[in-house]
Amino acid sequence: MNILKSMALGIAALTISAPAAMAEWQPRKPIDFVIMAGPGGGADRIARFIQSVAEKKKLTRRPLIPNNKGGGSGAESLIWLNSTNDPDHTILVTLNSFFTTPIRQPDLGIDIQTFTPIAMMGVDPFALWVHSDSGIETFEQWLEAVRAADGEYVTGGTGTGQEDSIVFAYLDNAFELKTKYIPFDGGGAVAAALAGQQIMATVNNPSEARGFYDSGDLRPLLVFSDEQMDVYPGIPTLKEKGKDFSYYNQRAIVGAPGMSDEAAAYYQKLFEEIYNSEEWQGYLETEAMSPLWMEPDEQRAYWEVQVQTHSDLLARIN
Amino acid sequence: MEILSLLGDGMLVAIQPLNLMLILVGVTLGLFIGAMPGLGSVNGVAILLPVTFLVPPGSAIIFLAAIYYGAMYGGAISSITLGIPGASTAVATTFDGRPLAMMGKARLALVAAAVGSFVGGTVSNILFTGFAPLLATVALSFGPPEIFALMLLAFATFVGLGGDDIAKTVFSICFGLVLATVGFDQISGAPRLVLFDLNGFLGGISFLVLAIGVYGIGEMLWTIESTRGEITKTDADISARGILEDVGESARKGWKGMSIGSFLGFFVGVLPAAGATPASLMSYAITKMSSRRPEEFGKGHVGGVAAPEAGNNSASTGSMLPMLTLGIPGSPTTAILLGGMVIWGLTPGPRLFVDQADFVWGLIGSFYVSNAFALLVNLSFIPLFIWVLRMPFTTLAPLIFVLSVVGGYAAMQDMFDIWLLLVFGFGAFFLRKFDYPLAPAVLAIVLGPIAEPTLRQSLLLSSGDPMIFFSRPISAPIMVVAIILIVMPAFKYLRPRRKRAAR
Amino acid sequence: MRVGEIVTAGVLALLSIYFMYKASANGIGYAVGTGPQGGFWPFWLACGMLASTGVIAFNWVRRASAASRSDEPVLDSHGIKTMVFVGGGIIGFVALIDIVSMYGAVAIFLLYYLKLLGRHSWRLTLPMVFLFPLVLFFFFEGLMQITMPTGLSFTDPVYNVLYDIIY
Repeated sequence: MNILKSMALGIAALTISAPAAMAEWQPRKPIDFVIMAGPGGGADRIARFIQSVAEKKKLTRRPLIPNNKGGGSGAESLIWLNSTNDPDHTILVTLNSFFTTPIRQPDLGIDIQTFTPIAMMGVDPFALWVHSDSGIETFEQWLEAVRAADGEYVTGGTGTGQEDSIVFAYLDNAFELKTKYIPFDGGGAVAAALAGQQIMATVNNPSEARGFYDSGDLRPLLVFSDEQMDVYPGIPTLKEKGKDFSYYNQRAIVGAPGMSDEAAAYYQKLFEEIYNSEEWQGYLETEAMSPLWMEPDEQRAYWEVQVQTHSDLLARIN
Repeated sequence: MEILSLLGDGMLVAIQPLNLMLILVGVTLGLFIGAMPGLGSVNGVAILLPVTFLVPPGSAIIFLAAIYYGAMYGGAISSITLGIPGASTAVATTFDGRPLAMMGKARLALVAAAVGSFVGGTVSNILFTGFAPLLATVALSFGPPEIFALMLLAFATFVGLGGDDIAKTVFSICFGLVLATVGFDQISGAPRLVLFDLNGFLGGISFLVLAIGVYGIGEMLWTIESTRGEITKTDADISARGILEDVGESARKGWKGMSIGSFLGFFVGVLPAAGATPASLMSYAITKMSSRRPEEFGKGHVGGVAAPEAGNNSASTGSMLPMLTLGIPGSPTTAILLGGMVIWGLTPGPRLFVDQADFVWGLIGSFYVSNAFALLVNLSFIPLFIWVLRMPFTTLAPLIFVLSVVGGYAAMQDMFDIWLLLVFGFGAFFLRKFDYPLAPAVLAIVLGPIAEPTLRQSLLLSSGDPMIFFSRPISAPIMVVAIILIVMPAFKYLRPRRKRAAR
Repeated sequence: MRVGEIVTAGVLALLSIYFMYKASANGIGYAVGTGPQGGFWPFWLACGMLASTGVIAFNWVRRASAASRSDEPVLDSHGIKTMVFVGGGIIGFVALIDIVSMYGAVAIFLLYYLKLLGRHSWRLTLPMVFLFPLVLFFFFEGLMQITMPTGLSFTDPVYNVLYDIIY
């Protein structure tokens, strides 16, 4: 009769805890921590890192449970959040497909402004990579090599419409290049394909290419950040090459549409604490990401700007 | 020799009292997690991450290795006792494991699986120790055309595994491959085959939904219906002596399968993206082909259990190699490990073997120790699994249904997939009645998502010229072998007819 | 069985055609310079399915397959009973999950199966009905940290207590 007993206890507990719950919202059950990408990529590593920080510092009363839903450039996860019946316990780790996927697939009926802003944890810059054996050492040499290949120059990335393909599309457009783009399933696989010289160049986040950079297999030619990056001294930015273009991948946490204000306030406080932790600041540094904190209102404004920017960029691809 | 001393240090660390206890707990936990349909080493390793903050990082790695090994052993247990492959790597184990259990020889099947796993794990650890950096270079030379050729070879080996009705086997393979394309087209990113415009299909159809539906629901319904409730129960006794005798018998009858599985599994596992499922399948098929009595396979041959188990264990160890040296996770489990390594402050990549040699060899050292303990723990739990099989069928059947649904939900976290699982289950029941073999569909849904993108990546590379598969030094011979294997059964099928016609 | 065989083949043929129709939306051609389009692979495989059902139908005409020679019914009275009571029970089980939570549905399904279908004694049934869901709960939620559906909100008090125990 265990169940009956605990049910009685539960009802008793409910009547006691109800006023307390009004005072400050707390998660009642494990938090569905959805990741907008498959296992192993940048977003996944961040989610698992955040989970471990929360666990280590005992920040949440209920655990964060990572849940990979990367299908269709993140469309799967957006639909998942949109249709959840428990928005107070469902949060999402996003990347830029948060903006691009709803633009590219209007049929999904996703309006990102209905989502609840929680925290901007930082932004991840991109770099243009080639294999060291290619003999290419500067961006100018690279341009020459691509033009000389006359359409047979093979690049790779994580998929048409994904962040790296947007950067390639910009380069193709700005410098009148013709390249062949091969999609792979994840940043790690892209870096390895370049290391194995299956492809000739990639645009990748520093963290995904780090192992091969350390071993000297891969060489960065250009970074797409606003200023030169400390980890790659002397590597020019695209802005220095005369094009007004910089591109970052957002690493942000958003809540499901319809999340209550109390719950949103709880998560905002929680992620602010994680953001300010020594662990997270250290992680930003080792992964060469840039810190970029935003308040919820600023995030909404940022979303609007990003949607506009990405609409323009995507229009250029097609 | 430096490697050996580092490896020795790793093993010594692993047998310290605290770590030894963690290994025992980890292996036992892993065994049960692996035995649960729907759960596998990925779940076991996922729960490890928080634990890494409670124990020193060295012990955390050892605990992880123990869970990883335990879960690999456990996969075979649900294949044999419940008839449900709990992971795609254990599908081939059902081919002979289930018939053995139905014949009342469940103990022998379980022992053969354990021994096969142990041999596979040991051989792969030795190969790993000896040739890791060399193999990493080989793995990098496998691009999309090579991986596609390898997948074609895997398909070729299981054309011969279907039933007698070739049309129904072909149907099953194509059906599995089409189901695998549901969701999103990886190359263009566009939604594809979203059946009946249901959003639930956007996430694709997981192997587990099909496998648990087919085996956990469909096969069970068929068993209940066709046997009219009169199931032959296992009468194997559960004495320690019987288990030891079975160890001897597995070694005698299964040594060939184990050797094939151990070596083949390791090499397939090392290749990024290939993984343990094609490894176990090819081990099974090649063992069958090279046997003098191939007709005994599929009806309860010990080698048919030992070979795929040696293959998948060996491949799982092998798949650590691309993760460690290249930073590419070959499986969801290694992906979580990769995340863990980042948290521990390690960078996977070619430098890892040099910069963090003590970590790498400590990990491998704990693999050796975990593998040995996994064998012992597995053997000592066999009486428990036999006891499960001795339950009256009217008790066991509802438990299997419950585990199928609960395990399916645990893996997918979506009620849509549970309803889909039921649809597959009832569909499989009727198809089973009409002699459609369904194992090919279950395997195709695993291999399809590797084969299709690599085919298209290759053709993008070559601007649409299929000769790319025959002009590269590694893919060309694999393609030729695969095509010969596919064409061979067709010849066999035609020849007796021509003879008959001539008469 | 003979009728069943051709009906099954017919249903599967329709399914294949539906797959082909769905795949054609992604382009089934082989584009020059880039290789196959998105729908190429599923379309031609679905074509393979359709062709196999054609061969199955041909074998049916020739009475070459075992099922096409058999006059037994697909489901005899025992089979129909199995489908209704066991199959129906499983459907009921899954339908209950969203109402009384996963563990509640497990308990009800076990009670139904063990007592009504298995005709087991209460001494076996009751412990199973209460203990098995609890064991599952502590295994999945406590150890594996996997959350199962909690059904409608009336189950919340029970889960609040249970979650307090494990976290």
